[in-house]
Amino acid sequence: MSATDPATIAALKDAFPELVVSEFRGQTRVVIPRTHLFSLLQKLKNEFGFDMLVDVTCVDYLQYRGAKDRFGLVYLLASTRTNQRMTVRCFVNEPDPSVPSAVPLWEGANWLEREVWDLFGIRFEGHPDLRRIVLPEEFTAHPLRKDYPLQGLGERHNFPVITRAEQ
Amino acid sequence: MPLTRSTLREGIPEGGPQEYLWTMNFGPQHPATHTTLRLVLTLDGERVVDAEPDIGYLHSGFEKIGEHLDFNQYVTVTDRMNYISPMANNVAWHLAVEKLLGIEVPPRCQYLRVIIAELARISDHLLCNGAAGLDTGAFTFFIYAFNPREQIYSIFEALCGARFTNSYTRVGGLMNDASPKAIEMIREFLRGMPKVLDDMERLLTRNRIFVDRTKGIGVLTKEEAINRSVTGPIARASGVTRDLRKDEPYLAYRDFDFKVCCAKAGDCYARFLVRMAEMRESLKIIEQAVENLPSGPVNVGIGDRVALPDKRQVFTTIEGLISHFELTMSNRGFETPCEEVYAATESPNGELGFYIVGDGTNTAYRARCRPPSFIHFALFPHLIRGHTLSDVVAVLSSLNIIAAELDR
Repeated sequence: MSATDPATIAALKDAFPELVVSEFRGQTRVVIPRTHLFSLLQKLKNEFGFDMLVDVTCVDYLQYRGAKDRFGLVYLLASTRTNQRMTVRCFVNEPDPSVPSAVPLWEGANWLEREVWDLFGIRFEGHPDLRRIVLPEEFTAHPLRKDYPLQGLGERHNFPVITRAEQ
Repeated sequence: MPLTRSTLREGIPEGGPQEYLWTMNFGPQHPATHTTLRLVLTLDGERVVDAEPDIGYLHSGFEKIGEHLDFNQYVTVTDRMNYISPMANNVAWHLAVEKLLGIEVPPRCQYLRVIIAELARISDHLLCNGAAGLDTGAFTFFIYAFNPREQIYSIFEALCGARFTNSYTRVGGLMNDASPKAIEMIREFLRGMPKVLDDMERLLTRNRIFVDRTKGIGVLTKEEAINRSVTGPIARASGVTRDLRKDEPYLAYRDFDFKVCCAKAGDCYARFLVRMAEMRESLKIIEQAVENLPSGPVNVGIGDRVALPDKRQVFTTIEGLISHFELTMSNRGFETPCEEVYAATESPNGELGFYIVGDGTNTAYRARCRPPSFIHFALFPHLIRGHTLSDVVAVLSSLNIIAAELDR
């Protein structure tokens, strides 16, 4: 895994003083407050050449030892030209877990953000088509949250059986 | 079950001037979708105006299960993601786990993992290209492609005892070493495979019907491919020269001489050609790996305390006994750092990565899989717009959508 160029990090720190940078096993991670997330992503794409959004995902830190925030969004970025990678983190909390959508920057974010909405219930402001994607539309919970049990809820026997006569 | 109208289609009002458009349901059970996925197509005669993918029929909560199974148990679930090439998923999963733990597997294990990952790539491409032929009417071609897959399954059976869901890798090594018989089977496969590829190319590459059905269909430009996060053979068919085996060499890929196969056209035909060419490159890699296979252990030593020591050590040394006890007791196991890593591999379908959050125990706190099929299926409405209904199957088979990986 190629790490991020130190010059890129230095330039980013000048532009965003609140940026927290860390490194683990050659992977550079930056943490940015929600208010600056979109401008950081925009800058990374347009000025630093991170043209590919590899993945958008989320971690629920409800039962994580020492965690201060509930949800941690993960944006994995890559550059196809300079072959660098970077991880952008953004922490959000209840009652309003929402971040600006990255779809205006990368088309590929569309389904990835829908999946995060579906499984974690994080709202992406400005997403053009924020519907559930892998779960049925009648589903009410967000099952990858840590307060959702592995077994018991949302299983087939909890749903009413529709007979042919009722259709 | 009716599908809620996508907000993207608000431009077409109900009862408006475009009300003559037909809506057609495609799937979820249809022979040409190969797996369980559904499309709602809007048709103007035979032209596809719009397509609305509806997925989730095979959603089984693999990522939730990953938070409850330990690192060695979860490998059985990764088999079921892309079941066309389970070995590639096994390799990707344990690469991520080992990155989190910060251990490096011995050279023999690295070479064996390269061999199985490349065999999985050949197996995946054979099925994908074979199905591309099948969907466009070339059944004989499909049989030609399916025959060597049987040989690959037999090799996997000789390696680990399972033909389909292999689960061959373990944290810090492999289930067991490759037997001389398995190596001999791989050599025999390498001898026979070039002829099969020649036959396949003679059958279909210049076949008039196939070329007419696939050339210029579902064109994806280089800029779109990058912007839509496309990786793997689909991106390379659009001119993106990105191959993680070269760009971020993992395992032993640095030692091998192979080419990255690319095309410029970005249509279904280019994807077919890239996959055909990649199989030959994979054969080259396997040949080099088999001939230079290092000797030595396949598992990391007792010092790393992640892989089970072999039985002789358990019965004759105290360290081996302690290590075996620690690893098999359910309340012991090995420890992971409270950190997060992302490790990516070049799977047959594209970039397959796992984002793992460790919380000190030997179970992942979060096991995110970056599934290539999911990202590639999002492309589908974009690729099919303006083409005819019969091109739907051509585009679908060229994207190589595996629903188990799509929904997880």
